[in-house]
Amino acid sequence: MNSPALQRNDMVPEIAAKALWIRRRSFQMVYEAQQGHPGGDFSAADILATLYFGVMRYDPHAPADPGRDRFVMSKGHCTGAFYSVLAAAGYFPEADLKTYMEPLSKLNGHPNRNYLPGVETNTGPLGHGLPVATGIAIAGQLDNADFRTFVLTGDGELQEGSNWECALTAAHRKLENLTLIVDRNRLQQGARTEETATLDPLDEKWRAFGWHVEVVDGHDHAQLRDVLSASPKGRGKPLCVIANTFKGKGVSFMHDNVAWHHGVPNKEQYEQAMAELV
Amino acid sequence: MSAAPSKKEGFFDCRDSFAATIETLAERDPRIVTVVSDSVGSSKLGGFRKKFPERMVNVGIAEQTLVAVGAGLANGGKVPFVSAASCFITGRAMEQVKADIAYSNVNVKLIGQSSGVAYGELGPTHHSIEDLAWLRLFNNLTLIVPADPWQTEQAILAAAELNGPVFVRVSRMPVPALQRAEGAKFEIGKAETLVDGTDATIIANGTMVHRAVAAAAALRSEGISARVVNMATVNPLDDAAIAAAAETGAIVTIEEHSVRGGLGGAVAEIIAGTNPVPMRIMGFPGFVPTGSAEWLMEHYGLTETGIAEAVRQTIARKK
Repeated sequence: MNSPALQRNDMVPEIAAKALWIRRRSFQMVYEAQQGHPGGDFSAADILATLYFGVMRYDPHAPADPGRDRFVMSKGHCTGAFYSVLAAAGYFPEADLKTYMEPLSKLNGHPNRNYLPGVETNTGPLGHGLPVATGIAIAGQLDNADFRTFVLTGDGELQEGSNWECALTAAHRKLENLTLIVDRNRLQQGARTEETATLDPLDEKWRAFGWHVEVVDGHDHAQLRDVLSASPKGRGKPLCVIANTFKGKGVSFMHDNVAWHHGVPNKEQYEQAMAELV
Repeated sequence: MSAAPSKKEGFFDCRDSFAATIETLAERDPRIVTVVSDSVGSSKLGGFRKKFPERMVNVGIAEQTLVAVGAGLANGGKVPFVSAASCFITGRAMEQVKADIAYSNVNVKLIGQSSGVAYGELGPTHHSIEDLAWLRLFNNLTLIVPADPWQTEQAILAAAELNGPVFVRVSRMPVPALQRAEGAKFEIGKAETLVDGTDATIIANGTMVHRAVAAAAALRSEGISARVVNMATVNPLDDAAIAAAAETGAIVTIEEHSVRGGLGGAVAEIIAGTNPVPMRIMGFPGFVPTGSAEWLMEHYGLTETGIAEAVRQTIARKK
């Protein structure tokens, strides 16, 4: 396992440790609840770990601080990874993760800001995160505030037209404080994105809409951290980071396998996955 | 291009009231911003743009972005008034209204302009007679349908005061200023009784209120005592005013909206479970044919004489 990505990840051991923990903890949540979206949890795990432990400024004990950096989880179905990173960041006790999807749990299948600190807006239906994040970024722009707004979408999600009308608005307003990260795992619920509604060339599309585009290995923490933490000042454009990822990354039988979009593990699969996630 | 109603002496366009009030609010509260989707003129916000150019966010013709950006601005500490034609801000952006505004429970004010059949001959694509039925399903979204310029001003002020999501339905149909007692106050969730009566109650809102008042006056001359209740807040409803209306033994509701699921439906839901009395729901049956707003109201009997006749018929159904 000497891929360049893994070697670079060793340079940021804390982020790597958090990403591994997110994978293990979220998979346990999905196993115990027998529900969830583990494939997308795993493709997003490195992005989330990098944002929360290498890029964003926030105080989990002051989740409404007006100066906080915002993160909007547009792919709201991947709550296994999202709730895990929020717990790891200190927004709520890790013990709460055990209640995932139980009756009356604050940990609904899709995130609810009125239940949990650290959730900026309720997502679930696709194509909602980027437009709300754009509104947050406009508020920052109006106040000349220096907080940044990050939003993570799936790639299949970009088939929703709301993203593209909003792409115009964000570029028109030169929202350099706005960063979109696309979890480009190339799989949607039932098939490959390119077999469903072609997205490529995705980088050219965003450039044509007036965005600054960076394409990175979405499992390479150092690359993600460098691109995401670079100062946006003076860029004059919103940033789109296309993070090339694999659904199910980290577990051999889930890797790039569409069955794990919302597949849930049996006992054997769970044990095998946990044995691999070390 | 549009079917603007003709100017009538002593009649007002409530959008002017909205525009004046939002400018006053913006002067005293720096958090107030407006959000539009190329809907500056139709929202009568030209004056606001002139005074506060930085505080108007125009997202382009993009209603999903319009509503979602409102939610984002509230997250960033603003008090956004998101304004567009009612047919588009609701129907075109319904899931944003549901998920980003209502379910997220954010401090955003949605202003549905030129609601009802105000666009007349432009037809059902531009009419907004479904908006209340759609929005009434979001239990935490306050819904206000002001009836005249004063109440429009009061509704906008109350919406700004309330920390939570509000929809205000503003008409462009000319309406007269209603006669009210000295010191009358507007309160969200409280209906106002404009005419006292004991034989029946007309529950109206928006542009239909002054017609209901005229109908009650006509009925009085023939010895029928009809109460007129202006139910400006459709959510939360004034249950006490509805219970009191049922006590009169006959209820007629009237609204510039479909007869399905609007004010009439809301009132029926309440009295069905408490005190069912003969009731008539007045409004539009569904998609309407070509005609001016005034013609459509005549055609469907949403007039002084139509209301008076509905009251007579409903009283006749009393046991």
